Amino acid sequence: MTGTLESPTSQELTPDQLLDAYRTMKTIREFEERVHDEFAGGDIPGFVHLYAGEEASAVGVCSHLDDRDAIASTHRGHGHCIAKGVDPVGMMAEIYGKSTGSCRGKGGSMHIADLSKGMLGANGIVGGGPPLICGRALASKHKGDGGVAVAFFGDGASNQGTTFESLNLATIWNLPAVFVAENNGYAEATSSSWSVATDDIADRAAAFGMPGVIVDGFDFFAVHEAAGEAVARARDGGGPTLIEVKFTRYFGHFEGDQQLYRADEVANARANLDCLKRFRARVTESGQLTDAQLDAVDAEVGALIERSVEEAKAAPKPGAADLLTDVYVSY
Amino acid sequence: MARSITYREAINEALAQEMERDPSVIVMGEDNAGGQGSPGEEDAWGGVLGVTKGLYHRFPGRVLDTPISESAFIGAAVGAATGGLRPVAELMFIDFMGVCFDQIFNQAAKFRYMFGGKAVTPVVVRTMWGAGLRAAAQHSQSLLSVFTHIPGLKVVAPSNAYDAKGLLIQSIRDDDPVIFAEHKMLYNVAGDVPEESYAIPFGEANIVREGGDVTIVAIGRMVAMAQDAATELASSGVECEIVDPRTVSPLDTDTILESVENTGRLVVVDEANPRCSLATDIAATVAQDAFGSLRAPIQLVTGPHTPVPFADSLEDLFIPDAAKIAGAVKTAVDYAR
Repeated sequence: MTGTLESPTSQELTPDQLLDAYRTMKTIREFEERVHDEFAGGDIPGFVHLYAGEEASAVGVCSHLDDRDAIASTHRGHGHCIAKGVDPVGMMAEIYGKSTGSCRGKGGSMHIADLSKGMLGANGIVGGGPPLICGRALASKHKGDGGVAVAFFGDGASNQGTTFESLNLATIWNLPAVFVAENNGYAEATSSSWSVATDDIADRAAAFGMPGVIVDGFDFFAVHEAAGEAVARARDGGGPTLIEVKFTRYFGHFEGDQQLYRADEVANARANLDCLKRFRARVTESGQLTDAQLDAVDAEVGALIERSVEEAKAAPKPGAADLLTDVYVSY
Repeated sequence: MARSITYREAINEALAQEMERDPSVIVMGEDNAGGQGSPGEEDAWGGVLGVTKGLYHRFPGRVLDTPISESAFIGAAVGAATGGLRPVAELMFIDFMGVCFDQIFNQAAKFRYMFGGKAVTPVVVRTMWGAGLRAAAQHSQSLLSVFTHIPGLKVVAPSNAYDAKGLLIQSIRDDDPVIFAEHKMLYNVAGDVPEESYAIPFGEANIVREGGDVTIVAIGRMVAMAQDAATELASSGVECEIVDPRTVSPLDTDTILESVENTGRLVVVDEANPRCSLATDIAATVAQDAFGSLRAPIQLVTGPHTPVPFADSLEDLFIPDAAKIAGAVKTAVDYAR
């Protein structure tokens, strides 16, 4: 059941939808490039794992989702958060560990969440998300609200037992779930060509009785089409799908990673494969959008990210009174 | 009106009454339907020890069979709890936490704090604990302290049928993740339980017996053992006060400390292994906060630092009994500076 989708030619996206998709991808890119720079400056504590290069996946999938729907993410979660509607200003403050952050400074980069947006959190545990997504899908099925739940996970998590168990459970419970394996080639420093026993992660779908599909993760339209089919199938009661998205991350596993384990594949990806460049070329060549429209979005996004950093730097840190709060609803 | 039913029946009744009251309550676990999809076999089991028996047909679509896939279904219960349901998942034996612990301690327990107070995860994990069934090292442990160690979890350990019903109802209504630990040797023990629904608040210990000479804090099945010891000791003039914490997280330290301030002596009884245990935790609390009241060293009656053995001759030695508890009480009472 595994197949490969090349960039489809028939898209039914309106100019507004295209502009929204571009804005979201650009917001993720600018956010991550800025975090990269700011982290190097030493102001950001802890670990950050950047999503730059992978934007087409988060946005291609999440553009099919609405408020009924939930996603679970990974340690490389900023892109998923932005794509699901989490406020980048609150996110930046969270990454700086400030009390105005999405999680009031208690979560940090690896735990940004906004349950009001159906974003169940970035997750510090590789493979932590897929079981949770089975639960969200179960809740939607039980309530009959038409909601779909999507688990984003990496090639590393594709080898975790939690992921296998969740794929199995999603099929036997016929859950409205989509599993998106983001294969960026490396789990930390270990190549997925070594760590994944099958040729492709999508091959594993057959073992769990669900369709598996491989898409070019640098191509927004390819991801969008595959995700559209999977989300529609889930929403209609047709059960889960495994989508493998293949691409390259532009930065290291974490900031500070010297990346000695890989050749300079990033330069080629940035120059020739980049999802934003390809998106721009395609929509301007087709006449659906103009460079001027896209440039205006670039300016808007630049201003938003600048503001997010300024506000984050100016915001107060959480204080002693915050240490003991919110462990329990009541105790 | 109260009537005598077993601990198992009390748990089943609590589930049924809460499912009746609140449509967001669902139940899931291995063999809960017991052959779901197999005509003639449905509802045969109701879980491996029959605790959920009868619920499958009574609440269509709300009692889910799961594969033996604890990471997935415990995680699914956690995820569903964030999505507006109140799932009660059965983790057959507490020993099996090893295969799904991440979903409990890294996910469910941490969401609220890690997400800045914006998450509510009302999941209950029912699980069977304790020694005595000749079930050997991987089906007999008393791992409550492991869960108690984790901020964000509540840990409940009813010692009798009345508490089992009231505490499970509270667990289901509670907005935090709850580990509801059912002692496997108590399932067939009957007690007076009201038919009507009632909830027992967490963090309120039960003074099972009043006495002025020694405080015995006992957990789960050990409460009954302590009662046997206290009855015997009373005949020789030693009066024990028995405190059953009922929930070990939160722990009613006030009641324990007040009792020790009155008696001046403490014996803690827990069948778990002794290191980093509930027994040492309670002892440390009393040593720190009621040191001036103590007239004798705190006595701990626990299992040894070994796995639970299989042979009945060995398992009987492993589990604390009334004689060991009475011995510890006498040591405390006879202590002279």
